[in-house]
Amino acid sequence: MFSDAEPRRIGIYGPPNAGKTTLANRIARDWTGDAIGPESHVPHETRRARRKENVEIERNGRKVTIDIVDTPGVTTKVDYKEFLEHDMEKDDAVRRSREATEGVAEAMHWLREDVDGVVYVLDSTEDPFTQVNTMLIGIIESQDLPVLIFANKTDLEDANVQRISNAFPQHETVPLSALEGNNMDEVYDKIAEYFG
Amino acid sequence: MPEVTPGDDGVQIDLISGARMEGLASMEKIRLILDGVRDGNIVILEEGLSPDEESKLIEVTMTEISPDEFNGIEIETYPQSQGGQGFLGRLMGKEETKKLTVIGPANQIQTLHKDENLISALVSRK
Repeated sequence: MFSDAEPRRIGIYGPPNAGKTTLANRIARDWTGDAIGPESHVPHETRRARRKENVEIERNGRKVTIDIVDTPGVTTKVDYKEFLEHDMEKDDAVRRSREATEGVAEAMHWLREDVDGVVYVLDSTEDPFTQVNTMLIGIIESQDLPVLIFANKTDLEDANVQRISNAFPQHETVPLSALEGNNMDEVYDKIAEYFG
Repeated sequence: MPEVTPGDDGVQIDLISGARMEGLASMEKIRLILDGVRDGNIVILEEGLSPDEESKLIEVTMTEISPDEFNGIEIETYPQSQGGQGFLGRLMGKEETKKLTVIGPANQIQTLHKDENLISALVSRK
């Protein structure tokens, strides 16, 4: 889709806890040997956008070079009390919520200014018809950015990839489990096809 | 008409017409919405916001969240109708953003049901 040799910045977007960092780490480890950031079940573990430069993906004898930008999960609300349920002291929870809000603002800024394509990650066990998903896909479309939808967590029993395909029929949906490494061949084929 | 001041026993709903929003700059629209929501009001926009304005609304909301005071917003619009805002439409300058939008304080409004034709929400007092 792109022609010149400059690596494209591909933003990994989606709601909190969709598995964005797990996916970013999987891609980075597979092709560079290093991880991008820590993964966690606690929402808003990623509170700063992190970039991994020059990730070379090889498909069918051809090399595609991209920069991966792992972004904080986007939401319209953050309540520090949510973190208290994860055995956190109030001071830590308040600090985490403040960092989380800064991270969301940062993610939105990157989306408007600094990414050339988007991988939109969704948890296949969750209802995709949320306002945040509808708004973010609308924002991405309004910028005419190429976008791939990744239906993550297919290793879980409740996963429903079809529900995601039905919610966003205008875009290609790729099923995967970033945690287990399932269907990564198709993931890399599609990344090369869309962002190479 | 006499002015009525909302007391503690009600929830104020502001229905803002498309005409009222039309003359405002993006940040003025966002300010109008967030000032209302931060006062505990439910704001209903007849014609909604553009994707770019929605993006800025999320960003500005995040900068205003403060523990025990403001947790952010709940926002609901009908899902985009297919083909209403396609690439060709934008190319022809016919960007379709008109969609009824409901915005309220996250701790006072809860979406009960949403589909292409119906948004059902529960609003509570502060």
